[in-house]
Amino acid sequence: MSAFWQLLGRDVLIAWKEGGSIGIALGFYLVVVVLLPLGLGPDLNLLARIAPGVLWIALLLSALLSLGRLFEADFEDGSLDVLATGALPLEAVAAAKALAHWLTTALPLIGLTPVLGLLLNLNPDAYGVLLATMLAGTPAVSFLGAVGAALTVATRRGGLLLGLLLLPLFVPTLIFGIEAIGAALTGADSFRASFLILTAISLAAVVLAPVAAAGALRFQLQ
Amino acid sequence: MRLVADKLAVARGNRTILAGLSFELEAGDSLVLTGPNGAGKTTLIRTLAGLIPPAAGALWLDGGEPDQSLGEASHYVGHLNAIKSILTVAENVGFWSRFCGGAAPQRDAALAAFGLSQLADIPAAYLSAGQKRRLGLARLLLAPRPLWLLDEPTAALDAAAEAALAAAVAGHLAAGGVVVAATHQPLPWRNQRQLRLEPAAPGP
Repeated sequence: MSAFWQLLGRDVLIAWKEGGSIGIALGFYLVVVVLLPLGLGPDLNLLARIAPGVLWIALLLSALLSLGRLFEADFEDGSLDVLATGALPLEAVAAAKALAHWLTTALPLIGLTPVLGLLLNLNPDAYGVLLATMLAGTPAVSFLGAVGAALTVATRRGGLLLGLLLLPLFVPTLIFGIEAIGAALTGADSFRASFLILTAISLAAVVLAPVAAAGALRFQLQ
Repeated sequence: MRLVADKLAVARGNRTILAGLSFELEAGDSLVLTGPNGAGKTTLIRTLAGLIPPAAGALWLDGGEPDQSLGEASHYVGHLNAIKSILTVAENVGFWSRFCGGAAPQRDAALAAFGLSQLADIPAAYLSAGQKRRLGLARLLLAPRPLWLLDEPTAALDAAAEAALAAAVAGHLAAGGVVVAATHQPLPWRNQRQLRLEPAAPGP
């Protein structure tokens, strides 16, 4: 188990030292959300209505940008071969790297969300529930993303392929995340159900995705 | 400790790279793989590391720890050195040491053995090719593993580093380990068994 935390710590340290991948994700998130009101015009009611959906979609796309590098860097410098032959099962390696992605990409993006909400005239009542759905839903993004990253690890310029593979998998998270926010704002009963399904998707992804990612990596390393 | 390959065959895709390969290595043996480019040296080393499943035949390790896979019993040093260029030499070695369950004294000894102690605080990006190779090889000494798998270990090494590698291998063999190395150059340690691989004939 110690090897798991060592790998997690190393990936967080590398992300911190490099800074580039977090910076690109945060910058992309910022640019998309800043440009959108300029394109739509100053209709504050319209912006407030679409703000949760825009923030969720922009967050998904920003996270997708950095997912491509999840295993690629280790594949290119030979580290993945050594990680795969170590005592730590490859499933745990995949889980550690997905968790590191969540800590170093999803959490900073969620941290930036309240600031971007101001730009979109987000309903003040929606901040808490939006952040809650993002916290509950993004583990699925990082862990399902690890499966796509593992499948495309040996593919040069696999970014487009990664997007095509992953965006359909992110649809349930997006739908139930937006549904939960809408229900909370209108006071409908369905908030609880939507939020629980969102959490269930994340929990299932955390358990199942490392197994799938490890299978894909074993195949890619042959 | 005994490494046995019995009528081993390895395929990549539909292409058979190696077929009918049998050898037995006792504790203290070293096997040197030679042969032209594309003969399957790297493929065999990766198979021994458990990265490629054999297409036919069997491969096992006698007398190791039970339930230990070949990969867990081996140190694999491939063409790539498994170094993060953004981390310092000490951080790279420290990570692999803790990941492999090694101790701090062994880590410092590994750095010293390959002449890296002076470079400990330098980011690995600034190392020369030979220094990076030494850093990759230092991983061998971080934690004891019975099987060492070396793919062209002397590439880019100077004479002093070759001597360091020879000393490390000699120590490993004396302690009852097994070494399998692929190379095009003569390797600087004694008691080598040779296995020459030839490219497989194009199959049907």
